Amino acid sequence: MIDMHEKREIERIEKEKEQWEAETLKPALKSAPERAERFTSVSMAPVERLYTPADLPNWDFLKDLGFPGEYPYTRGLHPTMYRAKLWTMRMFAGYGTAVETNRRFKYLLEQGQMGLSTAFDLPTLMGYDSDHPFSAGEVGKCGVAIDSLADMEILFDGIPLGEVTTSMTITSPAAVLWAMYVAVCEKQGVPYHRIGGTIQNDILKEYIAQKEYIYPIEPSVRLVTDTVVFGAHHLPRWNTISISGYHIREAGATALQELAFTLADGMVYVEEAIKAGLDVDAFAPRLSFFFDCHNDLFEEVAKFRAARRLWARIMRERFGAKDPRSWLLRTHAQTAGVALTAQQPYNNIARVAIQALAGVLGGTQSLHTNAMDEAMALPTEEAATIALRTQQIIAHESGVTNTVDPLAGSYYVEALTNQMEEGAWEYFRRIEELGGMIRAIEKGFPQREIADAAYAYQQAVEREEKIIVGVNRFKEEDAQQIPLLSIDRAAEQRQIERLRELRRSRDKDLVMRSLDALRQAAAGKDPWGRDLLMPKILDAVRAYATQGEIMDVFREVWGEYTEPIII
Amino acid sequence: MELTRKILEGDVRAAARLMTMIENGASEARAALKSLYAHTGSGYIIGITGPPGSGKSTLTDHLTDELRKRRKTVGIVAVDPTSPFSGGAILADRIRMQRHSLDADVFIRSMATRGHLGGLARATNDVVDVMDAAGKEVILIETVGVGQDEVEVVGTAHTCVVVSVPGLGDEVQAIKAGVLEIGDVFVVNKADREGANRTATELEMMLHMAPDTGGWLPKVYKTVATKGEGIAKLVDAIFAHKAFLDERDLRKKKGRERSERAFMALLQETLRARTVERFKRNGSMKEMIERVADRELDPYTAVEEILDKIGL
Amino acid sequence: MTTQVQQKIRVLIAKPGLDGHDRGAKVIARAFRDAGMEVIYTGLRQTPEMIASAAIQEDVDAIGLSCLSGAHMYLFPKVIELLRERGADDIVVFGGGTIPDEDIPKLKAAGIAQVFTPGATTGEAIEFVKSNIRSK
Repeated sequence: MIDMHEKREIERIEKEKEQWEAETLKPALKSAPERAERFTSVSMAPVERLYTPADLPNWDFLKDLGFPGEYPYTRGLHPTMYRAKLWTMRMFAGYGTAVETNRRFKYLLEQGQMGLSTAFDLPTLMGYDSDHPFSAGEVGKCGVAIDSLADMEILFDGIPLGEVTTSMTITSPAAVLWAMYVAVCEKQGVPYHRIGGTIQNDILKEYIAQKEYIYPIEPSVRLVTDTVVFGAHHLPRWNTISISGYHIREAGATALQELAFTLADGMVYVEEAIKAGLDVDAFAPRLSFFFDCHNDLFEEVAKFRAARRLWARIMRERFGAKDPRSWLLRTHAQTAGVALTAQQPYNNIARVAIQALAGVLGGTQSLHTNAMDEAMALPTEEAATIALRTQQIIAHESGVTNTVDPLAGSYYVEALTNQMEEGAWEYFRRIEELGGMIRAIEKGFPQREIADAAYAYQQAVEREEKIIVGVNRFKEEDAQQIPLLSIDRAAEQRQIERLRELRRSRDKDLVMRSLDALRQAAAGKDPWGRDLLMPKILDAVRAYATQGEIMDVFREVWGEYTEPIII
Repeated sequence: MELTRKILEGDVRAAARLMTMIENGASEARAALKSLYAHTGSGYIIGITGPPGSGKSTLTDHLTDELRKRRKTVGIVAVDPTSPFSGGAILADRIRMQRHSLDADVFIRSMATRGHLGGLARATNDVVDVMDAAGKEVILIETVGVGQDEVEVVGTAHTCVVVSVPGLGDEVQAIKAGVLEIGDVFVVNKADREGANRTATELEMMLHMAPDTGGWLPKVYKTVATKGEGIAKLVDAIFAHKAFLDERDLRKKKGRERSERAFMALLQETLRARTVERFKRNGSMKEMIERVADRELDPYTAVEEILDKIGL
Repeated sequence: MTTQVQQKIRVLIAKPGLDGHDRGAKVIARAFRDAGMEVIYTGLRQTPEMIASAAIQEDVDAIGLSCLSGAHMYLFPKVIELLRERGADDIVVFGGGTIPDEDIPKLKAAGIAQVFTPGATTGEAIEFVKSNIRSK
């Protein structure tokens, strides 16, 4: 509620500001002009010289901000935030074969990491086995190679899955890898209700940005929804989708585009699960998010705050969710890989610290910090440890964790938060006009917006309107050399040999039967409640069908996706 | 001639190199085209035209697939617009056709319009001839997808396929205004979308009202190019049109028209080039243009004066 | 006796392998277009064989390969090898992506003319192509 008193107060401030501009600012500009004609954020959004209460018209503390742990959660999901429990420091890891990654996992747990996060190699992400011709040269390169349950058993050997939570960055074959994880838990004797973790499983952002899609959009969304339904019924502690803005941002989107397209994707999943017959409160608390933390500190903080407020409003008002847990935007965050430079790689440590700080000031629930060498290769153990230490320094030395939402009330941050929210609603409107997010993606709308933003930013860098230290200013002649991780080239061969051995030794009839049953289920027109795909996938996985074989069943039934050409 | 011999033997690199020389207007290109000319005329040329977003590239890809199943060798010329600002171009039609890139019997060439209007590049005709001479039995030309003026392909192709899609609102209007007369076969692509039947019906109605053009009745075919649906029937329809032309000896007539147009264009271009070159050398052209600009001389008299001087 | 001579630089931009990160490839494609070049963009998931074949049919002056998955040491030299086999090694091949410094000399020894790592500008790439392509 804006009362007359406040309105008069704002008018008075505006008048005073004009006076300040005339009497104080003008002479100052004359003697020391500003460094640029216009200032913009890293997203190229204009930034004003000064923010005052006049930049927050109609702003209502109780309605727009409120208290932490309460609707609309702008200030954070928990009443005490990091005073009670720090965010989960979750470092993404995976390379080579399951043997090497299992070793890295154990090391990270010893270093005080609180949860596991698995990176898979491209053949796994694309649903090809390691011996597929397309996999040549890619096995174990940017993550761990997993072909079957046998590899998954090695990956988590000696790690008690009832106690740690595991995040798996996998999307097109998410259902299959999740089934493998569940099967390992079965072998470890962990009951379903204790299995906790996350699969990324956000297929829409693949069509928009990451491009690791396989099937056409509609059957892919059906597969995602199938996992949501299965999770709601059987694995109450599992986050079945991590709705991801990270890849959208890394593809060149602005902060606002990242926010808007991610939430628009999220709304599709909610609609689909409701269509599948679930009550919104039966699955919404298991949806989680994943955002990027870029260099522009305040813009990023505003993005996180606006995201929470928007999602709470969307879930409560648009979808009628009644359980407050359904209103919560729980998010993982990762520092911006795209902001790292190959030049002067040590500088990346400073960048990552600022980005991580943005995630923490934004109120993230978990965080991965990139290592300084990631513009060139997967991180070495040492570089990854510095990145983890960066989080620990923020947590224990910086003091930012002592109070809840420390930037609240900053005229700048609140104005930015409002702009983010308004901008997102505007994007939602345009997406709706295009017939919803799936149609918008088919028409290439988000892809084009992102490509334009990426190109505009690159041009600004080349005109030196945007300065990147060590790249277009403060360059050095002698390149800094840092040690890099090289992936053992023999890993590919070892993986392929193990896969061939598996194909020889498993029960072939059982594999064939389980794949046939899956094929029938996938071809079914009305899956809901009758032919859930997940149990069939689980059977196939238990029979040691490979992930490539399982994914091929869907390729056969559903075909493959071709993307609109947007450059 | 070495280059010609190689092309006739099916050397891809030689053919590709000649296409570049043609596009660049290099003088060696003309010599090669001269000696290749006798080897052209047997390829069947199909034009694919339609508005942007109608799926022309995907359709071309699937047509190629079907033609290969029928054991035809295929050449594809895919034309995209040149940016008027930079003179550069992004040629991305190949993305949809890359599965054929390893097939020795398919030759794909992307061309930029380089400022030429009409839906083709200036050099498209000659590039088609090179593919023809190199032994491609069917040559598909995918035009620029810009709207109504891209009708030049009718002068080059034996069969012209006009592609439309449902749901773009005024697409049918656009076709009515421009390309209805040039189509021999009509396609409603993306026919699994809402409104496909309506679009097809509207097209059929318009075709019924169109004036008779010598006995061929164009029909409308529905395809879902992304899934390969309706493609075999479309190829049948194209070959039916080919049979129709052949029965009435119309293909030769079309060929003659194409030759005439190519000849006239070449004559025009060569005459102009030689005239300009001759009068540039002695400086009289520049002087004459200045007089025209100063209103001392009118352009009509100026041209007559020039033609008089070279005896035309 | 020449008609209008319109020499244009033709460049193929391709993403070999399974990696789907196409921001860099697209930015480069646009920048090359804006520098007046004709850019043939073949999209994602190209095998070295497809790239070499497309480059020959399109008679390009240069090929730009972008790879962020770490598979560059296999994929880039493979393209060079195929071009050599087909007598097309006059095409200049350059690459970009997340590529460790120590791999760069090896790639150059294999025939990759230049390697651009994160932070490189499109201006540098344009300059490189303009001054390194062989005249036909």
